[in-house]
This record gives sequence, C-alpha cells and structure tokens, in this order.
Amino acid sequence: MAFDLTTAWALLLALSVFIYVVLDGFDLGLGILYPLFPHKSDRDLMMNSVAPVWDGNETWLVLGGGGLFAAFPLAYAIILPATYPLVIAMLLGLVFRGVAFEFRWKSTSRFTRRAWDWAFIGGSTVAALCQGMILGTLLQGITVEGRAYAGGWWDWLTPFTLLCGVSVVLGYALLGSCWLILKSEGAIHDRARALARVLGLLTVAGIVGVSAATPFLETAYFDRWLTWPGVLEVAIVPVLVAVLAAWLARTLVGGGADWLPFVLTLGLFALCFAGLGVSMWPWVVPPTVTLQQAAAPHSSQMFMFVGAVVLIPIILAYTAYSYWVFRGKMDPDEGYH
Amino acid sequence: MDTFLGLDATLLARIQFGFTVSFHFIFPSISIGLASYLAVLNGLYLWRGDEVYLRLFNYWLKIFAIAFGMGVVSGIVMSYQFGTNWSGFSDLAGPVVGPLMAYEVLTAFFLEAGFLGIMLFGRRRVGPGLHFFATLMVAVGTAISATWILSVNSWMQTPQGFAMNADGQFVPEDWWQIVFTPSFPYRLAHTLTASYLATAFIVGGVAAWHLLRGEAHNAVVRKMASMALWMIVITAPLQVVLGHEHGLNTYEHQPVKISAMEGHFESHEDGAPLILFGIPDQEAGEMRYDISVPHLSSVIFGLGWNGAMDGLDVVPDTEEPPVAVVFWSFRVMVGIGFLMVGIGLWGLWARFRGNVYASPMLWRAMIAMGPSGLVAVIAGWITTEVGRQPYVVYGQLRTADAVSPLGASAVGWSLIAFIVIYFAVFGAGVAYILRLMHRAPSPVERGPRSSSGPTRSAGVTPQAQIDAKGHPGPAE
Repeated sequence: MAFDLTTAWALLLALSVFIYVVLDGFDLGLGILYPLFPHKSDRDLMMNSVAPVWDGNETWLVLGGGGLFAAFPLAYAIILPATYPLVIAMLLGLVFRGVAFEFRWKSTSRFTRRAWDWAFIGGSTVAALCQGMILGTLLQGITVEGRAYAGGWWDWLTPFTLLCGVSVVLGYALLGSCWLILKSEGAIHDRARALARVLGLLTVAGIVGVSAATPFLETAYFDRWLTWPGVLEVAIVPVLVAVLAAWLARTLVGGGADWLPFVLTLGLFALCFAGLGVSMWPWVVPPTVTLQQAAAPHSSQMFMFVGAVVLIPIILAYTAYSYWVFRGKMDPDEGYH
Repeated sequence: MDTFLGLDATLLARIQFGFTVSFHFIFPSISIGLASYLAVLNGLYLWRGDEVYLRLFNYWLKIFAIAFGMGVVSGIVMSYQFGTNWSGFSDLAGPVVGPLMAYEVLTAFFLEAGFLGIMLFGRRRVGPGLHFFATLMVAVGTAISATWILSVNSWMQTPQGFAMNADGQFVPEDWWQIVFTPSFPYRLAHTLTASYLATAFIVGGVAAWHLLRGEAHNAVVRKMASMALWMIVITAPLQVVLGHEHGLNTYEHQPVKISAMEGHFESHEDGAPLILFGIPDQEAGEMRYDISVPHLSSVIFGLGWNGAMDGLDVVPDTEEPPVAVVFWSFRVMVGIGFLMVGIGLWGLWARFRGNVYASPMLWRAMIAMGPSGLVAVIAGWITTEVGRQPYVVYGQLRTADAVSPLGASAVGWSLIAFIVIYFAVFGAGVAYILRLMHRAPSPVERGPRSSSGPTRSAGVTPQAQIDAKGHPGPAE
C-alpha cells in the first residue's frame, strides 16, 4: 500500500486518542473511585499520585480535538453538533475536576473541601460517561445531510450509548484501581486489588455487551465481524481479549507483579480500540462519511504532518521523563516525593 | 424563527463564544505576564543571589498556579467550541486554521504542561539551574501559544494565502502568507504587551495594597512595587505606540472597523473630527450629542489636516458592525491606556523625588487600577472582534453562515450552564487568588509547599499530614 497521508492522519489521531485514554483514563478513574475511599488521607494520596501529570494528560484530549479539526474538519463539524449536550457536559465535568486539583488544597473549611471532593468525583464520572456515550453515538451512526448533522437532538441517548458510557466509566475505574495497585502500599493497595477484581469482571462484561450489540447496529459491521471468511481474520481481536481477561483475572486473584494489572488493562483498552477500528473503517462518521471524504486538503495535512512527526516523539520523551521522575510507590507519611 | 428568550441561535452562539473566550482569556493574560515575571525573578535570584527575588518568586508562584489551572480547564472548552457552536466555520475554515491550532497544542500546550511540575515544586529536586530552565520553558510556552492563536485570529481578520474549493472550503496555498498575515505582527505585539501591562498592574496593585497596610518597610513588598512601576513606565507608553500602529494597520485593511471605532457614520472630505464622546445611533446613522475635536482623526491616521476619511455611509447597512459596542469598548480600552501612562509618570515622578514608598495617594490609585489591565484587554478584544462583524473570516465568510445547525434552546441552555458554572467555579478560584494576594509576603515566604498543601504538582506534603505530625515534610 502506498503511503497515504489521510490514513496516516487517521492512525495518528487514533494514537493520540489512545494515549489520552491511557493517561487520563486512570486519572479520571481515581475520581470515579473517590467515593469508595472516604478517608481524607487516602484521598490526599490518590490525588497527589496524579497531580504532577494531570494537565499533561488532558492535553492529549486537546490534541485529539484539535487534530480532528485540522485533519478531518468535516468530521469535526458533524460529530460535535451531533453529540452537543455530551460534549458540553464532558467539558464542564473536566472544568470541575480540573479546578478541584487546585482548590481542594486551598479550602479552609471541611465543608468546602468536601464540596471540591464532590466536584472531583462528579466531574470525573460525568466526563468518563460522556466520552463513552460520544463513542457510542458515533458507532451507532450519525444522520448527515449535505455537509451537516441532520439528526434529532436526542439521537445520542439510546440504550446502546448508555451501555458504552457505563462501560467506559467501569473501564476507567478499573484503570484507576490498577494505578493504585501500582502506586500504593498497605491497606489502600489491598483495597485497590479487591476493587480491581470486581471492576475487571464488570469491565469485561461491558466489553462483551458492547461487542455483542455492535454487529447489529449496521449491516456493514455485521458483514465485517460475522461473515465467512473474514471472521477468521477479525476473530483474533476477541480471542486476544479473552486471553488478556483470563490473565488479568489470574494476576488479580492469584497475585503477581504490581505493574501487571495496569499493563494488562491497557492491553484490553488497546484491543477495544482495534475492534473499534475494524468496525468503523473506512468511515469517520458511520455510515455516511469516510475518512477520505472528510479529509482536509493535502496541503493542510502535510503542513501538520511534518510537525507532528517531529514533535510527538519529543513530547512523548518529556512526558515519559516526568513519569520517571515521579516513579515508585507513594509514601503517605512523607507526602508524595 | 427559532428563538430562546427572544434570541436566535446565531446570536446565542456568539454570546456563548464571547462569554467563554472572554472568561478564558483573563487567565492566559495573567499567566503570560506572570510566567515571564517569574522567569525574570528566578534569573535575577540566580544572578544576584538576593533572597528577596526568591521570596517574590515563591509569592507569585502560588497565584500563578491557580491562574494557570483555570486557564487550562477553560482552554479545553475553547478547543471544542469551534465544533460545537461553529461547525460551518470548522468545516470551511478548518483546513486553514486547524493546522495552526494543532501546532499550538504540539509546540506550546505540551511544553507548558511538561515543565510546569518542575517549575512549581521541583527546585530542590532538579537544582536551581534546571529549575530556572523549566520556568523559562513555561514562559516561552505561553508566548508560543499566544503566537499561534494570534496568527489564527489575524488570519480571520486579514485572510490571505488561500483558495476556495468546490465545497466552499478555504484551501491553504501558501502557509507563510497564512501564518504571517498583515495584521499579525501588530496584533501579536499589542496583545503580548497588554498581558505584560495587565500583569504589571496586578503586581503593582498587590504591592500597593501591602504598602498601604503597613508593610512599607518590607523589602519584598518594596521590590515588588518598584519592579511593577518600572514595568508600567516602560510598557504603558510603548503600548500606546503599538496600539496606534495597530490602528493604522487596521485602517489599511479593515477601514469599516475603524469607522465604527471612530464613530464616523459620515464620510469627511476635508478632515475627519476625532469624536471623543457621543451616543451612536446606528439606525439613524448619526452620532448624537458628540464632543469632537475637528480634523484630529485625520491627523492621527496620518492623512494630514484636511485628509479625507470614509465613513460607514460608503458600505451597505448589512456590512456594518454594531457601532455602539465597538465605539464604547474602544473608548474604554484607550481611556484605561492613558490612565496607565499617567500612573507610570506619577510613579516616575515619585521615584525622582525619592518618596515612592511614602505616597499613599499613588498606592490608592494603583490599587484602583489593579484589575484595569484585564478590563482593557477584554475591551480591546471586544473592539476588534465585534468590529469584524458581520464576518467571521473578514470579507469571506459571514458569521451567520458559520454557525452550527443547532436549535436556539440547545445553545441557550448550554450558555446558561456555562454562565452559572463559570461564575461559581472561577469565582471561587478568584476568591482563592485574592486570599493569597491579601497575605503579605513574609521574610519566611516559601514555595507552594508551605501553604495549605500542594497546589498542582507532586513533591509536597499535604497540610493535614504536616499538622498531624507537627513537622513539615522534606524541604523542597
């Protein structure tokens, strides 16, 4: 296959959204798990474990949005009005949880501190739910006329989108608990392990549910996933999901390295991404607009591509460096150092 | 027509964008200025070894952390506003402005986020040299960010370097021309200087507040006041010059905007007057109760005593921006600008007489002027953005054709949500900032660690743990 700039951009954007999910997933997940850790000292430790990195993490969401705008402006112009209430709710959720990182430490009374705790919980949960529902809305198909969204104002609210939303909330909570397994010791660590067992089960149930419903949303999805002989090629994705799920179950129940659950969960997310790609390809707005149709002119994509290829590795390098600086277990006695 | 509280979807979308972007831009204005100020303080401390600079650095760092955080979250909203409310613009102009904004993310946002943690909490961890470098990177990041987004805005004001395709999309032809449009250098210089000036007045106002409250012998406060006054006396006159140059540039490329700013409804063949004040009546097409200086407008624009200037009567009514908004916001900005020059001269005079730290009237004036820079910044943006109407891409794409196909109620309710939540959340943030400002910098001023817990980054000990154990965490 010859080098195709539009495909390259699709892959680059998928990568940037995936990095976002990897990085902000556990970060939002900690907010979702907050109600299950009512003690202030646990909450301090959880928030401190992501405080150095959260705004770098969210920058990947800005890159995802900005990249879609730049490389596939038509898709951006259709998807955002189609998911309008979800996008607005997600953004406001991110506002609440983002400022909570600052304000929680500045509050002088118990009441205001609790209020910012709830801003963190509510903001994180709403943002995760909306991200899942946006994905569900996209996957179930968007009504387009000409170059604009032409569906109703409640199209984004269906049992399927709710299933997607809840699954993402559970998946992020799983990532959050795996992050705690990695970063904490003692009681909080044991608690996180116990939670991860339940959340792992629920997340896999969510993956199975969404996967089972997807082929029936569009005939093209059905053909891709369930007709002979293509099924032989795509079946690798669910098979790998099963393998990783079993492995995750084993390490969570039987015990194993503290980094393993986190990495295995990331693997599950990566497979879900691959499955999503199998379903949607070559559409960017199923079932009408393809990547090629939505692509920005060659000159736009090329101008950015040059910069992205040079800059993204540099960004990844200093992001990795900052994680390296803050590596290791949290020490609750000395604060995070 | 589909309306919400009597307003149509396009107007609601404009109000929503204006509201969210105005609220947002307050924070970058502060963080552009403060990041540079902090880099200078950090550098001076390294160079001179004077403890005062370190204390000043730590004092303003806490305030910076909150302002920056609010800038981040309100900025994420902006990156999606183009798609949610302006999908027509996104589709048609995305090929040109999208890549510029993607570059802003790649070159600026990641840079700021990447070095912020070290800047806030890392002095002891990485050593003073690398810490200074991190501060510098954050400052550079804010300036790079401003550069890209002003390039986008300038292209929308004075578009060039593009062609149109069959779908009506703007297709980039010459990136050099797109990035460097005629209004870009002026807008960039004017906006960056505005951020520095606004920050100087905030810093000066805080210093004056403490001078007035019995801290006149606090060396940290004196240094703060002195640095702010020097900054003001240099940048305020510079800003007047830059604003004038920017105006000349606008007259060349967007003369209709100038007509609205000047309130010139009628063309003047032999010398246009400078209207100081008046009540614009756009329907009647005249300025009521005006107080004017004859010929002065023509002189200001370099056209000579009797230079002819076109008025709004040379364009159809449908091409006119809302005059009253532009006319008044321009006067607010310019009025504040001249007051700022006055404060700068007053400070210079007090310094010359050797009694800067014994001039309560000057301090009171500086406190009153503390937020004036931010007011001027917003007024200036209202002037240039409303003055561009009815176009979103000047002369090329009408605002009405750029809006999303949304119902008025969808835009209206989300607008209400933004207004309520922004005032609640950012109101709380501003209250926390004011509380930090209210506290005088003390001789034992430390980094964010010694305030009530970590602000944003790691390497910190939560206050509760300090309290419980009765000793602070490891020194920073």
